[in-house]
Amino acid sequence: MSLLTVKNLNVAFRLGKQELPALMDVSFSLDRGERIAFVGESGAGKSILGFSIVNLISKPGYIQSGSIKLNKKEIIGLNRRQMQEIRGKRIAMIFQDPMMTLNPVLTIGQQLVEAIKSHTNITYRDAKNIAIEKLLSVQIASPERRFNQYPHELSGGMRQRVIIAAILLLNPDVIIADEPTTALDVTIQAEILQLLLEICKKNDVALILISHDLGIVSKVAERTLVMYAGRIVEEGPTLELINDPQHPYTQGLLNALPQMALPGQRLNQIKGSMPSLADRPSGCAFHNRCPYAMEKCKDQQPEFIHSGISTVSCFMIEEMLEEERNAQEGLL
Amino acid sequence: MIGHKHTDFTHPSHSSRLHHIWTGVIGDKLAIMVCAAFIFYCVVGMLAPLIAPYDVNSPDFVDLLNAEIAPYWISADERFLLGTDSQGRDLLSIILYGTRLSLTIGILAVAIQALIGICLGLISGYVGGRLDNFLMRFADVQLSFSTIMTAIVFLALFQTAFGINVYEDLAMFMLILVIGLAEWPLFARTVRASVLAEKQKEYVDAARIMGISKTRIMFRHILPNTLTPVLVIFTIQIANAIIAEAALSFLGLGMPSTDPSLGALISSGFRYLFSGAWWICVIPSVALIGLILVMNLLGDWLRDYLNPRTYKH
Amino acid sequence: MTQIPLVQISHLEKTFTKDKGIFSPFRFNKGKFQRQQESVYALNGVNLTILKGETLCVVGETGCGKSTLARTLMGLTPPTSGEIHYLNDRIDHLDDNQRLLYRRRMQMVFQNPYASLNPRMTVYQTLREAISFHNPQMKRRNIDEKIEGLLNSVGLYADAMDRYPHEFSGGQRQRISLARALSVEPEFIVADEPLAALDVSVQAQVLNLMMDKQEEQDLTYLFITHDLAVVEHFATRVAVMYLGKVCELASRETLFSAPKHPYTKALLSAIPRLDTNAPELIRLSGEVPTPMEKPIGCVFQARCPDATPRCFSEPPIMKKQKDGSSIACHVHEEDQTS
Repeated sequence: MSLLTVKNLNVAFRLGKQELPALMDVSFSLDRGERIAFVGESGAGKSILGFSIVNLISKPGYIQSGSIKLNKKEIIGLNRRQMQEIRGKRIAMIFQDPMMTLNPVLTIGQQLVEAIKSHTNITYRDAKNIAIEKLLSVQIASPERRFNQYPHELSGGMRQRVIIAAILLLNPDVIIADEPTTALDVTIQAEILQLLLEICKKNDVALILISHDLGIVSKVAERTLVMYAGRIVEEGPTLELINDPQHPYTQGLLNALPQMALPGQRLNQIKGSMPSLADRPSGCAFHNRCPYAMEKCKDQQPEFIHSGISTVSCFMIEEMLEEERNAQEGLL
Repeated sequence: MIGHKHTDFTHPSHSSRLHHIWTGVIGDKLAIMVCAAFIFYCVVGMLAPLIAPYDVNSPDFVDLLNAEIAPYWISADERFLLGTDSQGRDLLSIILYGTRLSLTIGILAVAIQALIGICLGLISGYVGGRLDNFLMRFADVQLSFSTIMTAIVFLALFQTAFGINVYEDLAMFMLILVIGLAEWPLFARTVRASVLAEKQKEYVDAARIMGISKTRIMFRHILPNTLTPVLVIFTIQIANAIIAEAALSFLGLGMPSTDPSLGALISSGFRYLFSGAWWICVIPSVALIGLILVMNLLGDWLRDYLNPRTYKH
Repeated sequence: MTQIPLVQISHLEKTFTKDKGIFSPFRFNKGKFQRQQESVYALNGVNLTILKGETLCVVGETGCGKSTLARTLMGLTPPTSGEIHYLNDRIDHLDDNQRLLYRRRMQMVFQNPYASLNPRMTVYQTLREAISFHNPQMKRRNIDEKIEGLLNSVGLYADAMDRYPHEFSGGQRQRISLARALSVEPEFIVADEPLAALDVSVQAQVLNLMMDKQEEQDLTYLFITHDLAVVEHFATRVAVMYLGKVCELASRETLFSAPKHPYTKALLSAIPRLDTNAPELIRLSGEVPTPMEKPIGCVFQARCPDATPRCFSEPPIMKKQKDGSSIACHVHEEDQTS
């Protein structure tokens, strides 16, 4: 059953009289307990997508059109209170910087207890016990001590654990994790990812992971969606996608990783860089960096087609598939 | 700047910042109005000798026969558009000259404040340590005296020591100096705060690794990056300096009545406020309030506009 | 490759002392005034030799002192004790003027491309300042030619000259930073996490560029990073640092095929790899502590899964192994002997 369905979502930034499209025709769906990942470089629009889902997109940006359905109920156009309800109970967010969520002037304990008491009617003592229990469940050592500490007294990894504990209190259906481990060290990153994965599996929570790191994505997500310049360009099961990328951008992204070249050899770089919001090329946005670009890539937007491995939006793949089909028909 | 070999580098920061401000002004109606009013005051001040209907320096400018003539719309006297004061001087002419004086004193005093404040703030922030401690405590002590109080004591001492005649000749310079010296800590603190932030940035380290000298790093690399808040304070401080000057003049410690600034005019008109000749006091007051309002609005707008959250550079 | 040691770092220590104002160090404690200072022990005796022409990668987590090492090496902060030699000259105690001679030969590329270029200077001004400072006799025309050549060599067009840093993307700025470092024709470049702020595809571009430059100009790199994937690709030798000490030093092949120090093993197991046959994650207890006290014993004791009582009392010494690597670990040493 589909838990979250996003259809033809368009988000733009309004700068004076200009309309700069940030997301174009983004569609995807997420099942209960499923873990998906959005991958792309900075400027691809993956964070904007995360914010748009919970309607937290800030001022010059706004949702132009499209629909976001949670449990078959439309959530675009809900008023502030209803949206707050959804953000509190149904969709939770983890940011790269935990201090975006934590209040620096309240202790960890105060914040957790407040969260518990806001939607259940129990005594402080009970609430504290629940909070400590949750802190333990995210593998925080000596939770009684942490309970009385302020966020700035904790390390980055510890803060991220506190956020996860707070999310567990709310028991949401979806967690959106926007680069949750980018600011952390490798050893801590591995532990936080493991924790996130365990929690999603145990509580049957769906996860939307937003990341630039294909290595992380391959450890966590079942399905991966690759974004480029505000559009989804490829979508498929993570392992297949990594082993056999279809879209030239996905290929480039994977090939640019240091482990894809022999030590000491030059890396396979993609020329140029992600276009900014203001000068997105027409047609397929990747055409000016694409090694296989054709004439029609310059002015037409390719449709999504199923390649057998993934769903991809590229003329090159389209033609290849057509040739294959023709060849098969020829054989018959 | 500073004695160094490469003085022929053009200063880019200024043009790009000004350009940024200009595009902001164009897009904002209030900003256009405020800027227009500011330019109007400046032009009036600069061109006072040309616009003024009477020459304030000619001996027949003072004519007691014309004393206390009401403005044109009351007295219908076409010679004096805004009426005359108790000595028969044309009010319009002396207001124009007064505006010129007030603006000059304000801008020059703040220029002194800025010069001292920026230099000390820069050194204090960049060198740090004991020197920083000393300069900042010194600034604290200075700020704990109110400007007006310091100025009153200083100017009163000067007047008694050198006599009223010497004082009247030097009044303008004394005012500029006193107001200028009194409020430098404001600039110093602001600059120091930004220097401390800039000093952490890697471009300063990069310059050090190149071997570039301390003075050059301070003035060439750090200073241009700290000027944005200085610009805001500069504008607001002009308003404050003009107020300080007006207050001192009102107390009889400012400009002499023969060469009145707006404050001195208000002061001399104050005595006639309830004897029927209200215009001598009210009209200069309106001019002064207008000027200060314009400077404050300009400063506020600059502060909002140059706020780092919106000023993406 | 000839093994000429270019830079030698011996017993380098750096302690940061927090000193807040004149009065704060004196605290009233147990009936008497005490001079109390908070110290952070960032480097605790680092020994490293950087050979000419190699790329020595320094790996470690936040707080292990790798950036402090770079800053001390470049003379941005004076070391507390220890020596740094550049070829045959000792350079750690020099003041700014005496150091000028070495400024040309050692340069640095920084982590944050958005802060390492002066936002109010054009690319031309930035490069020109560096060049004309070290070549006061150089004619303006020659400088201009040199700048153009430099920009071309890092893959930027000459029209970039008159633009300000904010008009460039992160990758382009890092190219400009590299051009600035190369402008004085150094032989040794310290790169402090130059790729950390860049996107994958741009990382590849900058890394390729750095490798090109190394070949062209026979550069020696000290490359500081937390990204083991980059190390695996780029390094000649690798030094793993933990809490201000080098705990393992090995050639790249040896380190990745046969890591010996427990910390190195844990670090390697934590890289999110694409292939599915990655090693089992070794969980370390706790996080990297802030070294507020001078460590007694092994620096890794608190998180080490194999720690023995000896690790808590006696600091291990770097010992050369059969395969050419050196590690500082009691447990490994005892395993070898028993």
